[in-house]
Amino acid sequence: MNNLTSKISSLTKKEGSKSVLSSLIAIGLGLVFGFIIILIANPSDALKGFGLLITGGFYRGTKSLGQVFYLAVPIMMTGLSVAFAFKCGEFNIGTPGQYIVGAFTAVYIALKWTFIPNSVLWIVCIIAAGLAGALWAIIPGVLKAFKNVNVVISCIMCNYIGMLLVIEGVKATIFNPAGAESYSVTVDKAIPTFGLDVLFPGSNINFGIVIAIGLCILAYIIMNKTTFGYELKACGYNSHAAKYAGMNEKKCIIMSMAIAGFFSGVGGAIAYLSGTGKTIPIAETLAAEGFNGIPVALLGFNNPIGCIFAALFIGYINVGGNYMQSLNIAVEVIDIIVAAIIYFSSFTLFIKMLFNKRKSNKVKKEGGHE
Amino acid sequence: MEYAIEMLNITKEFPGIKANDGINLQVRQGEIHALLGENGAGKSTLMSILFGLYQPDEGIIKINGKEVQINNPNDANKYAIGMVHQHFKLVHNFTVLENIILGVEETSKGMIKTSDARKKVVELSQKYHLNIDPDAYIEDITVGMQQRVEILKMLFRDNDILIFDEPTAVLTPQEIDELMKIMKGLIKEGKSIVFITHKLNEIKAVADRCTIIRKGRYIDTVNVKDVSKDELSEKMVGRKVNFNVEKTDAKPTDTVLKVENLTYRPKSAHKDVLKNISFEVKKGEIVCIAGIDGNGQSELVYALAGMIAPNEGHIYLNNEDITKSTIRQRTDKGIAHIPEDRHKHGLVLDYSLAENMILKSYYKPKFQKNGFIKFDVMNEYANGLIEKFDVRSGEGGRSITRGMSGGNQQKAIIAREVDSGSDLLIAVQPTRGLDVGAIEFIHSQLVHHRDCDKGVLLVSLELDEVMNVSDRILVMYEGEIVADLDPKQVDVKELGLYMAGSKRGEGYE
Repeated sequence: MNNLTSKISSLTKKEGSKSVLSSLIAIGLGLVFGFIIILIANPSDALKGFGLLITGGFYRGTKSLGQVFYLAVPIMMTGLSVAFAFKCGEFNIGTPGQYIVGAFTAVYIALKWTFIPNSVLWIVCIIAAGLAGALWAIIPGVLKAFKNVNVVISCIMCNYIGMLLVIEGVKATIFNPAGAESYSVTVDKAIPTFGLDVLFPGSNINFGIVIAIGLCILAYIIMNKTTFGYELKACGYNSHAAKYAGMNEKKCIIMSMAIAGFFSGVGGAIAYLSGTGKTIPIAETLAAEGFNGIPVALLGFNNPIGCIFAALFIGYINVGGNYMQSLNIAVEVIDIIVAAIIYFSSFTLFIKMLFNKRKSNKVKKEGGHE
Repeated sequence: MEYAIEMLNITKEFPGIKANDGINLQVRQGEIHALLGENGAGKSTLMSILFGLYQPDEGIIKINGKEVQINNPNDANKYAIGMVHQHFKLVHNFTVLENIILGVEETSKGMIKTSDARKKVVELSQKYHLNIDPDAYIEDITVGMQQRVEILKMLFRDNDILIFDEPTAVLTPQEIDELMKIMKGLIKEGKSIVFITHKLNEIKAVADRCTIIRKGRYIDTVNVKDVSKDELSEKMVGRKVNFNVEKTDAKPTDTVLKVENLTYRPKSAHKDVLKNISFEVKKGEIVCIAGIDGNGQSELVYALAGMIAPNEGHIYLNNEDITKSTIRQRTDKGIAHIPEDRHKHGLVLDYSLAENMILKSYYKPKFQKNGFIKFDVMNEYANGLIEKFDVRSGEGGRSITRGMSGGNQQKAIIAREVDSGSDLLIAVQPTRGLDVGAIEFIHSQLVHHRDCDKGVLLVSLELDEVMNVSDRILVMYEGEIVADLDPKQVDVKELGLYMAGSKRGEGYE
C-alpha cells in the first residue's frame, strides 16, 4: 500500500503527468460547462444531447471515429505550428494566413499542374503547400530577427494579406463562377486512403492523418533530441545566453517560424486535398482552423505529442456536436457548447498552477507528521 | 531577556533538498543580529518563512514572546516585521512618496491623500538622516537611494523588526558605510534588525550577535566581539578558510592575447566607451583589469568575446587576427568567458544543469552525432563537472538551473568555462555575491588555470581580489587604460588613486 502511494506520488510529481492531469481536469470542467449550456438551451433533451456529445466519436462506430481523425488533422497541424514556434519563444498567431496560403498552393497545383501523374500529385501539393506556408511565416520571422518587429503584430498583418491574396489568386486562376468559390479537388487527385477507408468505412478519413501524426513525432524529435532543437529552445528561453554561447539567434528565430509555417501550410493542403469537395470561398474571413491551433497548442501543453491528443479531442467533440443536430438543437447552440468546452480546456495552465499549489501544501502537511 | 523574534526548530523541505533543518534564531530587542551562511545555506528560506512567503514544515515562531502564525506578508506586517529584499520591490515610474504609500494609501472620497503621508515621510527621513526627496522618481535616483526608500517603506509602516537581505551586495563602498550608519541609527531608536550577509567585515563592523547556519543546519550563535573573522568563516564553511591566495610567481611565456588600438563607440552615444586600448596577456599570467564599475570594462570584454564589434583596432589570439571572428569561432579558437551577468548571459535558466554544462560545446562531436545530442554522454560529463567543482543542487544534473542558489549557478558557469581548457580565460567578477569558501575555490581555479600555461584576464571591482589574485594590474578609467602595475609594488591606496583618475602610470601619460 505504502509502496503504491509512493509510486503514485512520484508519478504526480513528474512534470509530464502533471500536465496530462491538468489537461484532463480542464476538459472535465469544459464538459460540465457545456452541459449547463445544453440544460439552459434545451432542457428536455439535455441529457440525451449531452450523451450524444460525449459519445459522438463512437456514435456510428468506425465511421464516426474516422470522421474524428478527418476533423483533427488541420487543427493538429496548426496546433503543432503554434506549439513549435512557442517553444522557440515566438507566438505564431499567423497560422490562419499560413494555412490558407498553403491550401491555395495545394489546390492550385492539384488543378493546374496536370503534367504531374495523379499518383504523386498529392505529395507534390503537400510539400509545395508546406513551403508556401513556411515562406509566409518567414516574413514575420525576418522582421523580428533583423528589425525586432513584434511577431504577433506582423503575423496578424500577414494573416489578412495572405487571405486577401488568396482570394485574388482564386479569382484569377481557379475560380468557379457557379459558386463564388474555387473549384474543388476531385477524388482522383486527392490524398489516397491506403485502405483507411476500409478500416473506417463511410468517413472522410485519408492518409493525411498519418502524415500529421508523423510530423508531430518528427517535431518532437527535432525539439528534444537534436542539437538544432537544443539551439531553438535555448533561443526561446534566453536569447542573450544563446548569443553568448555562439548560437545564431537570428537564424533560430527565422528557422523556427519557417518550420512552424511549414506545418500550417501542410495542414491547409491536407484539409483541401481530402476529396470531400472542400473549396476556398471568396469570403473575407480568416480560416478558423488557423486560430483553432491556439487552443490545441495550449491543451497539448505546447508539446508536439500533446498536440496529437488535443486535436483528436477537439475533433471528437466536433463530431459529437454534429450528431446533436439530430435532436433539433440549433447549430449555433452546438457551436457555443463546443467553443465553451474548447475555451475551458485552455485553462490547463491555470489548473496546473492550482495543482502545484495544492501539492506544496500537501507536502508541508506530510512533513509535519514525520 | 525578552526576544523580539524567536524562530525555534524551523524545518522546511523542498523537493530534493532540506533548505532548513531545525534552525533556531533568537533576536533580542534593539540589536543588530547577523545571519551568516554560505550561498544556498538556507538564509533566504528562513527569512522568507519569517516574512510569510513560505510556511515551515515544523517549528514555531514567537514575536515578542507570543507564538504566532504568519501566513503571508500582510501578517508579517501586522507583527511589525518589514523586509528589504535583495532585489528591490519598487515601481520605477512612481515617485518615492508614491512607492512608500503604495498599499497603505489614505484616501478621501476616493482620491489619494498624500499630505499626511508626506509629512510623516519627511519627518522620518530627517530623524534617520536618510536625505530623501519624496518627489524624485525611482528611475532617477541611485541604487543606494532606492534602498533607503525601501527602508523608509518599513519605517512608514511602523515596523519594529527589520530584515535586510544582503543589502550591501548592490552598493558601492561609500554607500555601504552610509548604510551601516543608518542601521546603527535605527537600533538606537529601539528597532531590531536581522542582517543577512556572508561578508565578514560587515558583521564585525555593525552586528552585535551572529547566528551561523550551514547547509540548512543551525551551527551556533555568537557574540560578534568575542570571535575573530577566521573563527566566523570557519563556522560558516565548516573548515579553515585561507584568505590569502596560494600561488607561486607567474612564469609568463608566449603572448596569448594582443589588443591593438581598440576603440568602441555605441551607436547612440556621443563619446567613445573604449579609447585606443592596447595591451597583452601572456600565457601563464593572470592579468587583472581594475577600475570602478562603468569605466568600459564590460564593453572591453564584450569586444574580446565577439558580442560587440569595435569601431577600430585589432584583437589577436595566438597571433591570429580574430577582430572579425564570430563568437562561435572565438570559442573554438580558445576563448572561454565567465560573463558578468550570469542570469542574462551565462545560463539558460529553464534548462537543466546538465544542459547548461554543454551550452558552448553541444555541437562538438563529443556531444552529438548526426545532429542528435548524446544525452548519456552529456549526463556523464555533467556529473563529472558537478563532482569536481562541487556544484550543489537538489537533483544533480537534472535540476532546473533557475531553482539553484546564485553561488551554485556561478560555480556551474565556472566549471563549464574552466573545463573547456581554453588558452584564454576571461573572468568577469567571478566571485561577485559569493561566500568566502566559494571565493577561495574560484581563486584557486584561476591560479590553477594559469599554472597550466594558459592566460587569464580577470575583471574585478573588488580591491582585495585585484591585489591577491593578479600577477599584473591594468587600471581602466573612462574607457582608457591608465596604468600597468605590479601588485607587489603598489598598495591599495595608490591603486585607488589610479582608479579614481587622479594619477596615471608610467607610459600612460
